[in-house]
Amino acid sequence: MTAREDWWYDEAAGPLVRPYAMVRGRTRPNAPHLHLVTQVRASSFTSDQTSLTVEHREIMALCARPLSVAEVAAYLDVPLIVVKVLLSDLIERGDVIVQNSSPHIPDRDLLQAVLDGVRGI
Amino acid sequence: MVFVGSDDQLTVPTAVKIVIAGGFGTGKTTMVASVSEIPPLRTEELLTEAGVHVDDLAGIEGKDTTTVALDFGRITINTKVVLYLFGTPGQNRFWFMWDELATGAIGAVVLVDTRRLDSSFPSIDFFEHRGIPFIVAVNCFDGSQLYTVDEVRHALDLDEAIPVMLCDARDRESSKAVLVGLIQHSMNRLEAAV
Ligand SMILES: Nc1nc2c(ncn2[C@@H]2O[C@H](COP(=O)(O)OP(=O)(O)OP(=O)(O)O)[C@@H](O)[C@H]2O)c(=O)[nH]1
Ligand SMILES: [Mg+2]
Repeated sequence: MTAREDWWYDEAAGPLVRPYAMVRGRTRPNAPHLHLVTQVRASSFTSDQTSLTVEHREIMALCARPLSVAEVAAYLDVPLIVVKVLLSDLIERGDVIVQNSSPHIPDRDLLQAVLDGVRGI
Repeated sequence: MVFVGSDDQLTVPTAVKIVIAGGFGTGKTTMVASVSEIPPLRTEELLTEAGVHVDDLAGIEGKDTTTVALDFGRITINTKVVLYLFGTPGQNRFWFMWDELATGAIGAVVLVDTRRLDSSFPSIDFFEHRGIPFIVAVNCFDGSQLYTVDEVRHALDLDEAIPVMLCDARDRESSKAVLVGLIQHSMNRLEAAV
């Protein structure tokens, strides 16, 4: 059992209370283009973080290096939908920058780079 | 003096992905683990109890939900490109997940276990119908190399153009060779389309 599982199971109130509370009533991400592999990264611009929740700050720390939305969700151990809402907040504040392209089929040069990379591991 | 860089000096890499699909227990997570640079991670999508994908948290507070888990791994190609490998969820009913996984993917590896060929049919159908490049990798569980590549191709009724490879998903070099085979197949498909 991970330390985070107690976020999830609130015997009295039902299983979704904690994640719901984490997003403070916000229900869907404002950034619609957050996909599984979309890259996010903390920006160098540092806003006043006192109003941020623990989860937001944890995301900021994780994103000191670029990560995918899926990785952030996995490291935080929260469902994807919840992490997308939290990331939306940070993107809106300018605290997190995001890859602004939707997933597209890689072109030849990109495929060649991936091929060389995989051969090299 | 403290230098504060402007935001546009910070870049994010281009992310690409490959889907590792196949039937229940065919070795998808094993293959992800054998080539990933990090131990496979797990992320969860929320579903209502009825199996409907939750993309809006409104109104579900306190309701019973369930999750569908995705295993994935990562290979940093270089400072500009990162490759993610996603194992599909074991249960085929979560097709919404497959759509998200397949969108923009380089392609898919469909793992098959020759003792239960039919369990990989739905994966093959999925990628065939959506025109997503895929190859078939026969995971050679101990003592199950009962069939040749041609026999598997025939049994799965596969087009001649779809590569079929034998592999051991536990073996890094073998799994690497499968990924290389898929990327080359995707490149060939791209060239054929020009
Ligand atoms: N002998 C042998 N065993 C394997 C091989 N690949 C996987 N296994 C074993 O087969 C079992 C299933 O492998 P997984 O990688 O969990 O399969 P999966 O496709 O992710 O399974 P689900 O996610 O449950 O559908 C595990 O116990 C593995 O250790 C292989 O190449 N040879
Ligand atoms: Mg698995």
